[in-house]
Amino acid sequence: MVKKAARSLKYVYLALMILFLYVPILYLIVFSFNNFSTGRRISYANLGMWKGFTLQNYATLFTGEAGQALLLTLEIAGITSVVATLIGTAAAIGIYSMKKRTRNLVLNASQLPMVNPDLVTGITFMMLFAFVNSVLANLGLRQVGDIPRLLIAHISFSIPYVIFSVMPRLRQSSDLLYEAAMDLGCSPMQALWKAVIPDIMPGITSGFVMALTMSLDDFVVSYFVSDLKSVLSVYIYSAARGAKGVNPALATVIFIPLVTLLLVVNLRRIAKEREYEIQNKKVKLKDKGGK
Amino acid sequence: MKRKYFAYPYIVWMILFIVAPMLFIFFYSVNVGGAWTIAKAWGTLSDAGKWNILWTSVVMAFKTTLICLLLGYPIAYILSNMKKTVAGFISVLFFVPMWMNFVLRTYAWQAILEYFLPGLLGMKDGTLTGTESAVLMVLVYNFLPFMIMPLYNTLAKLDKSLLEAARDLGANSVITFIKVVLPLSVPGIVSGITMVFIPAITAFTVPALIGNGKYYLYGNEIELAFKTLSGQGDYAVGSTLSIILLICVVVSTLIMNYFDKDQKEGGQMW
Repeated sequence: MVKKAARSLKYVYLALMILFLYVPILYLIVFSFNNFSTGRRISYANLGMWKGFTLQNYATLFTGEAGQALLLTLEIAGITSVVATLIGTAAAIGIYSMKKRTRNLVLNASQLPMVNPDLVTGITFMMLFAFVNSVLANLGLRQVGDIPRLLIAHISFSIPYVIFSVMPRLRQSSDLLYEAAMDLGCSPMQALWKAVIPDIMPGITSGFVMALTMSLDDFVVSYFVSDLKSVLSVYIYSAARGAKGVNPALATVIFIPLVTLLLVVNLRRIAKEREYEIQNKKVKLKDKGGK
Repeated sequence: MKRKYFAYPYIVWMILFIVAPMLFIFFYSVNVGGAWTIAKAWGTLSDAGKWNILWTSVVMAFKTTLICLLLGYPIAYILSNMKKTVAGFISVLFFVPMWMNFVLRTYAWQAILEYFLPGLLGMKDGTLTGTESAVLMVLVYNFLPFMIMPLYNTLAKLDKSLLEAARDLGANSVITFIKVVLPLSVPGIVSGITMVFIPAITAFTVPALIGNGKYYLYGNEIELAFKTLSGQGDYAVGSTLSIILLICVVVSTLIMNYFDKDQKEGGQMW
């Protein structure tokens, strides 16, 4: 009896905590169907009063600044993840073949953007570009604009994540593979391309996904680095502090694809694990039968 | 062609865009509009108000971390004792919100605390925002998954036969927990604390949106200097504030590393 009560208490606790984590998301999704128009104007500021159902918020979602910001976010994330994966993978291969002391030095320095708080990373980039732009202004040249600044910053903080995803794969991969490819007549470049790269591909893929998510998710660094044009999270922040507010339909548009993606990936993984478990059980049963 | 050359583009990039920018904080703290002066830096350092806010932020980060640990540990513990497939599914539910834009989630809390809850409780709009407890709650909300994740990873890997051994040797479940589970989960606790405490000291988004201008933290001082005021002299103030912040971060990382004995290759920065 006590045990049963303790068990259900556990589930109640988990359910409450999950509810706590999802309350704000659900709140926005519910209010994304709210009618916000006050006369001619639309103001999302009063996100607390239900004034009737409408789908209008979805129709106007990507008109204007929000749409531009979303487009820029996707562009930046796309370019960042590709460039960071290329530089990072090459770097990991290079670092791996270095002597131990240089290797540790480079790896330690690579930790810098990972351990540095976002705020400090953002400020350091802001200072760097302020300095570069003041030098360029003195020379009468064009300033570095928002988009290259965002790209440089995003690529810089993403590269270490690629390196640290590829590195463990390189350690697991055998040097014999590379030598075998050479023995079979590959040039060193061919051996690298045909034997080593396919072997470390899972690491490269997860590095790519990491870089993509880091870039899509970033707010703090982008906020400090950019002035006029910026990514979606910076738009949300300034709209949230302004009088107009943020269109809550954004939450639905981000949340639904995200949940679908994660659920599909995880259900597949769970299905695989289950299959594995069942097979294990069969093996065990056979063992028992054998005795 | 030697393979180590592959790292050279990255090393150049790293020096230009990761190491060099760090130096600019120091440069701008003592250089105002091209002239070298420590007046601004000294003015900031001798401002008691700034130190008070720093102290408030450290206390706030400490409270956030503690509450996250107290709420998160049971979650991780319950999950680690569930059947693997079920736990895998439920843990995904805990981590999905991490992937959702956190500014948007904080904005949602702003709306709830500003209009929805006061309306429900029959209070005036905006009475719940701008308080310490509101900021604390939203900070806990934002960082809780970051505490659960390392705790769950550590507890899930725990060798269950150790628990059986403890029970065989006569320990009841409370003693098993205190003497076996808790000490073995220390690495998870340490990395959970690191993942919450340091970002919490530097948090400025949550107090900016939930603090309603009435309650703000150290990160907002830095934001004010760089983004709102953003004159040459303010850069000096902001840089000095950032150096102090950086020192706090380094000190807390050092303390954490002292407790965390699992050192990985190239895994420790400071």
